[in-house]
Amino acid sequence: MRSLISRSLFTQTAAVTVMNIRSLPRRLWMSLAMVLASAVVVAILLAFLAMAKGFEATMSGAGSDAVALMMREGSQAELNSVISRDQVNLVEEAPGIARDAEGPLVSPELYVIVDGIKKSTGSKANIPLRGLDKRGMAMRGNMQLLEGRMFTPGTNEMIVGSGILREFDGFQLGNEIRFGKNVWTVVGVFSTGGNVFESELWADAKMIQSHYNRGSSYQTIRAQLENPGDLEPLTAYFDTESQLNLELKTEADYFAEQGKQLQYMAIFGRVISFIMALGALAGALNTMYTSVADRAKEIATLRTLGFSNFSAFCGTIAEALVLAIAGGLLGSLAAFVFFDGMNASTLGGSFTQVVFSFEMSPDLFVQGAVLALLIGFVSGFFPAWRAARMPVIVAFRNAA
Amino acid sequence: MSQDVLFQLNGVSKSFVKGKEKISIFDDLNMTIERGDFLAIMGPSGSGKTTLLNMLGGVDQPSGGEIWFDGARIDSLSEGELTRWRAHNIGFIFQFYNLMPMLNAARNVELPLLLTKLSKTQRRANVETALTLVGLSDRAKHMPSEMSGGQQQRVAIARAIVSDPKLILCDEPTGDLDRETADEILEMLQLLNREHGKTIVMVTHDPAAARYASQTLYLDKGKFVQREVAA
Repeated sequence: MRSLISRSLFTQTAAVTVMNIRSLPRRLWMSLAMVLASAVVVAILLAFLAMAKGFEATMSGAGSDAVALMMREGSQAELNSVISRDQVNLVEEAPGIARDAEGPLVSPELYVIVDGIKKSTGSKANIPLRGLDKRGMAMRGNMQLLEGRMFTPGTNEMIVGSGILREFDGFQLGNEIRFGKNVWTVVGVFSTGGNVFESELWADAKMIQSHYNRGSSYQTIRAQLENPGDLEPLTAYFDTESQLNLELKTEADYFAEQGKQLQYMAIFGRVISFIMALGALAGALNTMYTSVADRAKEIATLRTLGFSNFSAFCGTIAEALVLAIAGGLLGSLAAFVFFDGMNASTLGGSFTQVVFSFEMSPDLFVQGAVLALLIGFVSGFFPAWRAARMPVIVAFRNAA
Repeated sequence: MSQDVLFQLNGVSKSFVKGKEKISIFDDLNMTIERGDFLAIMGPSGSGKTTLLNMLGGVDQPSGGEIWFDGARIDSLSEGELTRWRAHNIGFIFQFYNLMPMLNAARNVELPLLLTKLSKTQRRANVETALTLVGLSDRAKHMPSEMSGGQQQRVAIARAIVSDPKLILCDEPTGDLDRETADEILEMLQLLNREHGKTIVMVTHDPAAARYASQTLYLDKGKFVQREVAA
């Protein structure tokens, strides 16, 4: 008997749902408005999440836990740090650092800011110019020259990250660029697999020391670790050398911390989406209440014939879910078409532009789908409750 | 209660409160409907005809008294129980047909069968039989908007009889039709009553319609004031 009732309930609910969906053309514009509202909310959520995910991927992809990064204590970002030549010399003697035939794998680097013109806005923005040598190149195993050649040490030549080429004007191969009193020539374009280094210009460290009056100082030291992630020998050594008052962390940890600074994007996106979802919900509720009013006679007739309240409830919820899911799909599609792989740049931890790509992924689409379902369920629930609870006589009277 | 009695109303009252005023529609209404009756209920507007029909159909509850159907008391049933009771026992015919505009004739007729345990094949067979009975087997795939008022009402009749209910309730079934079409519909109801033994209660304003019934009850101010039995 119970299975019979369940089957009948299922049949009733399916029939009512089909009728509700088929009656949608009668409420075409209101239904489309609900679909569109859901689509916009989902698209905005996905855009923010894709932005945050893309930025995080760019930052986290840059760091290696086989590389130790040293900066002056308390400096937090490469730009604020200063390291003397003496300190570099001491680090080169430290245990726990990998060595090859030419000696310890240590790269003292400089990090200065230059101006670039953004293609998207035509406005000036900060670009990092990194000074390094061939040891530094060797530590970035995924670095690849896409065009041209490596800069020649001791000259005003530079190579340009592919992100800079995409987002900024004037960095094409062969171009001459003036930063202050100095003119630099672009001799190559490089990629580092989409991570943050692609948002940089690279040149000879000695030339940058000279042009930017840095004497023999540097800003950071990178060192290849003998054992990835193992900072213990270096930490112990630093404790015994009073001159080495440096902050020590793996490069992976450093960029992960930098990436976290932009987590506000995801939070902001969720807050914005939540506020917009409330607006969409108000519109959707209106649509669904209109739907119930429009179908009052049909609901009353079906209940007179013996259809249950539950089927009227489920049919209305199903209609709301169908509209919201259609909106969710539309929003996801729009977000994918317009945002996936889109290039953007934003201010990173060192007050320089970080170029990154929006990154859509299945987990983001799931979040979009959950939001659409939530809009559908909440907007359908109260009108469905009304449809189910309204006395048949009142429903007939309202429909008359 | 006699085996022939299908419906019995004992001392039924119905009232509602409007503001501070209590308005009584019926007070101590008694009525018996026997199996195979074709009963017309007439009366002026506001006499309580439709309220009575709604109570017979279980879509409205009395304020007092007892309503018995086929030996079981129904006035104390819950809303859910009444819904199931309606599905199994009552066929409804409305003044404005109340067909689902998005379903074709066959699908409309099938609706009450969705509440039964019949298989899809059995449902189709029953729908075909009902549509044939009302002379619309060739219109099964037509949408309500593609049919005349008379045809739509015949679809509604097919829907009312398809699950073989014990009672058919008609609320002004010819109120929206011209005389000729109205007569066709009334002849069909009479046929269902005489040839197929269906018990029918029909509320109408139209004395010509009432003449098709086997007896007519006149309701005024919540009381039966006259009873006419057809010759």
